[in-house]
Amino acid sequence: MTLDVNRRVLPGFTLSLGYTLLYMSLLVGIPLAAGFLKASQLSLGQFWAAVSSDRAVAAYLLTVGASFVSAFINALLGLLVAWVLTRYDFPLKRLFDSLVDLPFALPTAVAGLVYSDLFAPKGWYGRFLVPLGIQGAYSRLGIVLVLVFIGFPFVVRTLEPVLQGLDADAEEAAACLGANRLQTFVRVVLPSIFPALITGFALAFARSLGEYGSVVFISGNMPFKTEIAPVLVVARLEEFAYPEATAIAVVILAISFVTLFAINLLERWSMRHHG
Amino acid sequence: MADTSQAKLIPPRAQDDPATVRVGLILLAVAIMAFFVVVPLVNVFVQAFASGAHTYWNNLVHDADTVHSIKLTLMVAPVAVGLNLVFGIAAAWAIARFRFPGRTLLTALIDLPFSVSPVVVGLFLLLLFGLQGTFGPWLRAHDLKIVFAYPGLVIATAFVTFPVVARELTPLMEALGAEEEVAAVSLGARGWQVFRMITLPNVKWGLLYGVILCNARAMGEFGAVYVVSGHIAGKTDTMPLRVEKLFQEYNLPGAFAVASVLAMLALVTLFVKTALEWKTRRDLAEAHRLQTEGAES
Repeated sequence: MTLDVNRRVLPGFTLSLGYTLLYMSLLVGIPLAAGFLKASQLSLGQFWAAVSSDRAVAAYLLTVGASFVSAFINALLGLLVAWVLTRYDFPLKRLFDSLVDLPFALPTAVAGLVYSDLFAPKGWYGRFLVPLGIQGAYSRLGIVLVLVFIGFPFVVRTLEPVLQGLDADAEEAAACLGANRLQTFVRVVLPSIFPALITGFALAFARSLGEYGSVVFISGNMPFKTEIAPVLVVARLEEFAYPEATAIAVVILAISFVTLFAINLLERWSMRHHG
Repeated sequence: MADTSQAKLIPPRAQDDPATVRVGLILLAVAIMAFFVVVPLVNVFVQAFASGAHTYWNNLVHDADTVHSIKLTLMVAPVAVGLNLVFGIAAAWAIARFRFPGRTLLTALIDLPFSVSPVVVGLFLLLLFGLQGTFGPWLRAHDLKIVFAYPGLVIATAFVTFPVVARELTPLMEALGAEEEVAAVSLGARGWQVFRMITLPNVKWGLLYGVILCNARAMGEFGAVYVVSGHIAGKTDTMPLRVEKLFQEYNLPGAFAVASVLAMLALVTLFVKTALEWKTRRDLAEAHRLQTEGAES
């Protein structure tokens, strides 16, 4: 609703845009440019050797795999929670609703610390799970679990407005035509919330790709087994192997940017199919 | 949200699920939340107080490195939040009030730091300001230190929390529209007057939430700060880094004591968010009531 006429009426266009661009270039632009510049100074052989070592490949596969599995779990859990929040009333619903956002506000180090403690053999969950052979701490399962926590609000918060805005008519029509609730859900509701579900999935996935703070506590960081790519970057840094660290960092960035680009495409696609 | 007293009079709607499904799904959702969110949160405080309140207090107050980490976090986060606040206001004013080429691209670029792994941010800052970095020799010649020191912590924290305020403020200002500001200008108000007397009162609650969320993220930042700080105990360790160090030293009560302070920060953040949402809803209802009353009379 902002009119183009604003530029002639409201003051501060040059100042605000100028400051925005200046601050963004200084804080974000220069470090990113420096990183890519350093990476481009590596010889192709050096770069390839760093990014294609067995240990690095294992780390990317684990990072992408664990992020994918946790985002998939989040899509299912988030759908359930968003459904319950928008359709039903129950005691303490508002408290429940507020707590959904806890993973956004809780420092990741705290999440990592408490998850590793819960799933340790003597922890509240571990004392039941470890005797059953389920190792939640210092394992790949632990990485997935803590990533589920980190990405939890994304699917819920993306789905909620879409579920709220859903027309009752379509569901009523389905009921009139003899569909039961499950059929209505699968054939009528699910197709219309599917784009939002995918967006929420992609957001949770993108968030998990770069996660470090929580995973470092729970994974045990064993090369080839439980070492994610950001942990490998830190390991290389601590060996003062800056070129290798930079090369792996560029691969992580590339994966994140491709995901970001895919999210944008998805959003445009889903907008076209709804608007 | 159907009123229960009326629910009996109204025939079941097509959107209503059978009671067994309803109760089953609610219980399942509550169980999931309990497993992933509530129990871990409770566990933080139980572990922190496992050896009694006295030990808890000692862990926080009589550990010199922990005390230093708390002070350092209190020194780093406000500066980073302040920087991002000024930026957030400028960006929201430019994006929500004007149309210009590249506006959509700018909005996307502002979100970019969210998709850069914090560890990568830290590494790139090392490449820029470290001893062997681009500016390394120059900084050393002038006896300046950025990485492994306070300025590096602020830059890393500001980078990671960069979009938060702008993201809260821009949609809010877009939703409010520019009519009031345009009116103020047409009545002769000048730039800062418009901002101080019209814009700021309109967006203050959203802005407050943005600042508090940004602060929570800033105080909890781990990956980027981990890399640029060099984690020197008593010098560059912030609270989350202190948690990690105590954890590595097998001092779990100490780690959980610091973690409990950070968890309380998160709870305060959630509380403010919820309170602001209620307030906004009430204000909207009030405005709606006044409007309908005005139309009737």
